[in-house]
Amino acid sequence: MNIFQFLFKSSLGRKYIMAVTGAALVVFVIGHMVGNLSFLLGREEINAYGHFLHTKPELLWATRIGLLVMIVLHIWSAIALSAANKAARPVGYAVQKSNGSSYASRTMLMSGLIVFCFIVYHLLHFTVQAPAVNLTGKDFGTLIDSEGRRDIYSMIVLGFSRPAIAIFYMVGVGLLSLHLSHGVSSLFQSLGLRSKGYAPLINCAATVLAVVLIIGYWSIPLSVLTGLKK
Amino acid sequence: MNLTLKVWRQKNRSAAGEFATYQARDIIPDMSFLEMLDVVNEEILAQGHEPFAFDSDCREGICGACSLVINGIPHGGNKGVTACQLHMRHFHDGQTITIEPWRASAFPVDRDLITDRTAFDRIIASGGFISAHTGGAPDGNALPVSKPDADKAMDAAACIGCGACVAACKNASAMLFVAAKVSHLGLLPQGQAERYDRVVKMVETMDNEGFGNCTVTGACEAVCPKEISLEFIGRLNRDYLVGSLKK
Repeated sequence: MNIFQFLFKSSLGRKYIMAVTGAALVVFVIGHMVGNLSFLLGREEINAYGHFLHTKPELLWATRIGLLVMIVLHIWSAIALSAANKAARPVGYAVQKSNGSSYASRTMLMSGLIVFCFIVYHLLHFTVQAPAVNLTGKDFGTLIDSEGRRDIYSMIVLGFSRPAIAIFYMVGVGLLSLHLSHGVSSLFQSLGLRSKGYAPLINCAATVLAVVLIIGYWSIPLSVLTGLKK
Repeated sequence: MNLTLKVWRQKNRSAAGEFATYQARDIIPDMSFLEMLDVVNEEILAQGHEPFAFDSDCREGICGACSLVINGIPHGGNKGVTACQLHMRHFHDGQTITIEPWRASAFPVDRDLITDRTAFDRIIASGGFISAHTGGAPDGNALPVSKPDADKAMDAAACIGCGACVAACKNASAMLFVAAKVSHLGLLPQGQAERYDRVVKMVETMDNEGFGNCTVTGACEAVCPKEISLEFIGRLNRDYLVGSLKK
C-alpha cells in the first residue's frame, strides 16, 4: 500500500493531513499578523509592505495557491473525520458531561466553519475589494496614495470605519484564536510529537499564541474605532 | 440512604429502549455501586418483574467488565476507579442517579446496560500480541529493559479494556485503548519484531469497527479507571506514521 492510501483512507492519516495543513495555516496567520501590524507604524510602512507583496506576483500567487490547497485539505479532513465521529455515536447520552474536555476542543468544527465564513468575507472585503460588501459605498480598488501605490492604509481605516464590520472581524479573529488554542497543541499530538514532558509547554504555547493573535489582530480595528488611526 | 435511579431498559439489540425509574431504599453508604444495583434488582425480582441487566465480574476493579455511565460519567467520576469500586458514600441521600450503557455504534446494546464490546477483542486479535515462541523462562537479565521503558510499558499494560475511553469520548473513539495496547508491546524488546506491522493492523481494525477519531479532548484520559495517559495516543500516532511509511 502506498503512503497516500494511508493518508487519505485511515483515521490517523486524515489527522496527519489536518495537523500538517493546520500547521501551515498557523504559520500564515502569524506572518499575516506581523505584516499587517505595519499598519500601526503608519501609512508609509503598510503601503510599502503591500507594494512589496504586489511586486512579487510569483511569490504572492504561489502563497495564495498553497493556502487554498491547505484550506481545502483542512476542511476536507475535518468533514470526513466529523462524519465518521457522528456515525460512531448514533445514540447520545441523556446526561451529557464534558468529562474534562475543554470548550475549544468540543467546538472545533463549529469554530472552524464560522472562521471559514469569516475568511470568505474577509477576502471579498480586502483582497477582491468587492464594493458591495464594505458598506461604505466606496470602491477600495481606486484608493491610491501620493506615490501611486495601492493605499492600503486608507483601505483599512475605511474598512473598519463601520463598527459592524470591525466587530465581525474581531469575532472572527476571536473564534480563530479559540480554534487555535486547541488546534495548535492538538496538531503536535496528532503528529506524535507531544510527549508527557513537553505537553504542558506545548499547551501553554498554544494558549499564548491564541492571546497574541487576539491582541495583534484586534489592535488594528480597535485603533481605527477609537480614532487613533484615521 | 434513599435514591432514585433512572435506568436504561432495552430488551435486545434491535428494540427501542427507554428509561425506567426505580427507588433504591435503605442503601448503606459503604456499599459499592454494583451492590446497590443488586439490592434494587432483588426488590424488582421480589415484585415479580424482570431485573435490569448489567455487566460485572471481578468486582475488584481489574477485569473491565463493569460498564456503566453514571450521571453522564463512565464509571461514575471517582478518579481512577471502576464502577464496581465506586462506593455509595460518594452520593448523597435523595439524589437521582441516571445510569446508561456505553454509547457507541461499535458497542451495540445487547440488553439494558450491557453492550457488546467484542470489537475490542477483534482489534486485539488483529495484532495485539507477540507471535514469537518464547520457549522456557529466560534468565532474569538476558533481555535488558530500561527502567523508564519498563515503567511506561506497565502503565500502558494497566488497561483493562473496559471501554470507558470510548464511552467518554464525544467521537466514541477507541484511540486510548488501541494506544495502550500498541504501546505496552511496542515499548518492550519482545514486541519490536512486529511493532510497525502491529500498529497498522490494529488501526485498520479500529477504523473498520466504526469507532470515531481522536480530537484530543482528553475526556478518555479523565475517565480511564487505570489513568492511561493521553501521551500513549501521541505514541500511537508516531508509530503509525512510521508503520505506514514502512509498508
